[in-house]
Amino acid sequence: MHERVLLIEDEPHIVEALSFLLTREGISVSTHSDGIDAAQTVARLAPDLVILDVMLPGKSGFDILAEIRQAEAVANTPVLMLTAKGQLRDRAAAQAAGASLFMTKPFSNKEIIANVKSLLK
Amino acid sequence: MGSFNLLVSICLIYVLALFLIAYVAERAADRGRFNFLRSPLVYTLSISVYCTAWTYYGAVGSAARNGLEFITIYLGPTLVFIGWWWVLRKLVRIGREQRITSIADLLSSRYGKSGPLAVLVTLLAVIGTTPYIALQLQSLALSFEVFTTSGGEEAPSPTSTAFYVAVGLAVFTIVFGTRNLDANERHHGVVTAIAVEAIVKLAALLSVGIFVVWGVANGPTDIFTRMDPELLNAGEIFNKRWLTLTLLSATAILCLPRMFQVIVVENDNERNLATASWAFPLYLFLMSLFVLPIAIAGLSTLPSNANPDLFVLTVPLAQGQSTLATFAFLGGFSSATSMVIVASIALSTMMSNHIVLPLWLRVNASRNPASDDVRLLLLRSRRVSIAVVLALGFLYFQFTGGTGALASIGLIAFLGVAQVLPAMIGGLFWSSATRSAAITGICVGFAFWAYTLFLPSFGGSFILTSSTLANGPFGISGLTPHNLLNVQINDPLVHAVFWSLGMNTFVFVLVSVMTTPSAIERLQSVQFINVFGQISARRGITRSTPIEDLLVLAQRILGREEAMALFKTQAVAQDTDTPLPDPTSEFITTLEREIAGNVGAAAAHAMMGQVTGGAEISFEDMIAVADETAQIMEYSARLETQSTELAQTAEQLRTANDKLTELSKQKDTFLSQVSHELRTPMTSIRTFAEILRDSDPLEPEQLNNFASIIHDESIRLTRLLDDILDLSFMENGRVQLHMETVPLSKIIDRALTTTQAQVNDQGAKILRDADAEKMMLYTDPDRLSQVLINLVSNALKHCGADQPEIAVLSGIYGDQLIIDVADNGSGISKDDIEIIFEKFAKLSSKVTAGSAGLGLPISREIVKNLGGTLSYEGTQNGAIFRVALPIANEHQQAAQ
Repeated sequence: MHERVLLIEDEPHIVEALSFLLTREGISVSTHSDGIDAAQTVARLAPDLVILDVMLPGKSGFDILAEIRQAEAVANTPVLMLTAKGQLRDRAAAQAAGASLFMTKPFSNKEIIANVKSLLK
Repeated sequence: MGSFNLLVSICLIYVLALFLIAYVAERAADRGRFNFLRSPLVYTLSISVYCTAWTYYGAVGSAARNGLEFITIYLGPTLVFIGWWWVLRKLVRIGREQRITSIADLLSSRYGKSGPLAVLVTLLAVIGTTPYIALQLQSLALSFEVFTTSGGEEAPSPTSTAFYVAVGLAVFTIVFGTRNLDANERHHGVVTAIAVEAIVKLAALLSVGIFVVWGVANGPTDIFTRMDPELLNAGEIFNKRWLTLTLLSATAILCLPRMFQVIVVENDNERNLATASWAFPLYLFLMSLFVLPIAIAGLSTLPSNANPDLFVLTVPLAQGQSTLATFAFLGGFSSATSMVIVASIALSTMMSNHIVLPLWLRVNASRNPASDDVRLLLLRSRRVSIAVVLALGFLYFQFTGGTGALASIGLIAFLGVAQVLPAMIGGLFWSSATRSAAITGICVGFAFWAYTLFLPSFGGSFILTSSTLANGPFGISGLTPHNLLNVQINDPLVHAVFWSLGMNTFVFVLVSVMTTPSAIERLQSVQFINVFGQISARRGITRSTPIEDLLVLAQRILGREEAMALFKTQAVAQDTDTPLPDPTSEFITTLEREIAGNVGAAAAHAMMGQVTGGAEISFEDMIAVADETAQIMEYSARLETQSTELAQTAEQLRTANDKLTELSKQKDTFLSQVSHELRTPMTSIRTFAEILRDSDPLEPEQLNNFASIIHDESIRLTRLLDDILDLSFMENGRVQLHMETVPLSKIIDRALTTTQAQVNDQGAKILRDADAEKMMLYTDPDRLSQVLINLVSNALKHCGADQPEIAVLSGIYGDQLIIDVADNGSGISKDDIEIIFEKFAKLSSKVTAGSAGLGLPISREIVKNLGGTLSYEGTQNGAIFRVALPIANEHQQAAQ
């Protein structure tokens, strides 16, 4: 059974790159590019892991994370957060909101694959 | 017995008699028997010290040369005593109130007890008096010579005669002039001797005159018939020279140190002046009565080469009247000696009080003046000063060696000392007169006197060369000493009076008006000017001053007995239990004045200050403190103003700081946004680069795709950086516009050409209005097309319609050119409209999702720089961005 990852990200090239990398590792990848109904998609797909960008059109990644944590069915889903701002303030906010891991763009491919694998165990 | 030895013997006997008279007078004064000594008659006779050998011999010489001109020398003082007695009374009153010791002390005291001024006046007095003393020595030497040669003997050289006379006078003056230290305590011995000499010279001159009128001629009518009528026409009466000479002699009676000495310092009683005001003019009248007859007799009976300056002697000698001639000689001797004695006493007081003592005080500043014997120092310095004064006179006599007639030397000296007059009269009557003005006025007057009269009197042998005298220095005729600025005053004396006293007075008044008197000057000016009106201006607060210290100081300076007497009197007056008075401010003021009588106002003030150590707060000090307080208040008012200004500045700074903080926040936000915008393409580039590096088996298609992505993202990065820089320049107003006149169509063409690829990608349709685009436009074509590129590009990107249509339409509305870029999409949501012009605005709608980047902010800045506006005029049928540019521009009008 393949692990299923939901990638919530609005930059098409990053989506393409991460999909390529994770698929090659034998992980099944779904994608979503809008902030507004992201939490519903999570609830609907109930993935094993969510990779969540912070800066999304319509809604901030932190708000989406809070919604996920409040939805009983998917509340315990591990969430790996990505941000392009790289500020300490964002890292603290991510932890407070219940992120499992927090990574700053640009990231190393090896590192993100390792993090994804450890969160899937 | 030869006539020379006889003459010397007579002189010695005469001098011994004077010694005796002086001694008896001093003894009488010591015993308190003043009746005769203080009589107005003695006072009046002592004033006759004005009549020196110059008057005695020289008046006859002057009459023989210039007719009635000699009268001016008697006229000036007569006018002062009859008409200006109130000036003299004021001087005498001030002299007594302030214990003034000399003319230098008077000015120093009036102008804030100024040391420098006292030194200046002292130097002036020494320089002005030295020629005068030399003149007396010269006349004595000449009279000796005439007398002895007429007896057929070989006369001793004039120099040695003058030398012995100078030594003799020095001894007499030292013995009787410095018996008492207190310069203000009258020199009764000297004054009495002077009075006797006054009688001798008057009697001698009257005897010669009577002999001439009734012995040589047969009465007054006869003597005047012998007169050459031309004599009375020799000088034009009442011309400029007459007025000048009268003014000078009037000034002399007020300003000459020896006149000040006898009139003010030696005055016992103010009422003496009342007698003197008629008696002294009478004395002068008698002195002048026979001047003309003697001159006529000399001219008519003696050989034409005879010296008129010696007619008083030579007329009786020629008539064989050796006894009368000897008497006449004694009269001249009296005239000369009395002048030298009084002048050297006056000068020595000034020199020791204003030069020696201040120097000593300065050198011994740390020592208490009471702890050393200042008394001895003063006595010694006065004695040395007398010797110095006489030595100076003798040296001057030897140096000039009989240059010029007697009268001219006297006049030169007169004018030198007369430079004190403006400061003195101003000080007595004008409260605005200041010390600086007095000093500068005297210096300026003195300089003019020296240049126009004193130095030229050496005839080119001293400092000024004869060519300078004739043609001016360096040949500048306007600076010729006897004709400054070619004022056309032929008489050198009148010329010098005009320049020196004129400039002196002018500068004195000018500087007085320009400067402000200090507190102590103001106080002294009140005491001087209102000397008759005030009771006591000095009231002060006193704290404990060691009375013993004051007693020690007083004993050192006044002498033991006198000091004790003063303290006892004061103690009785204060009604104290102890024999010593309380050191009240009145007592300290009194004591300071007593001491000032010995050492001058400035030194007394300094000494008392050192002893009391500032324990006394006098009225003057209070005025000074008040002045300072006023200054402090003014200062604090200024501080208040300054602190208000500071508060305003602080407020401005706070506002500026808030603005900066806000800007700094905006900058942080912007940098954070920039960081995000840069990291996004960088993430793609890095990820794909790592994929390309780490994944061996890649499909060629994938390889190509990933490389293209890296390429595109790199271009995106570059464009982003360009935009950031562009915007930064634009916001700082550092954009350079290259304006030119072009058709609008050309600008739109360029924008559409650039976006052609994008248009083709989307299959979009472009609508234009060719007619409207024909208009000419004065603008920066590059920048404007950049705006249009942005707008068209945005429209294509965000339109979202299936069949995109972009319209670029233009037209003139009022004074504006409008260019609309419209699309047929869904428009921009309300929320987004507010933020689309912000940098990196994140748009919310699905279709337009993503960062709006910097395109719109840059476009808006460009349009703003071109003087127009960029706005969003959205409708439900699509987005419209509107560029509005002003056309009220002469270039554009011309282009149309």
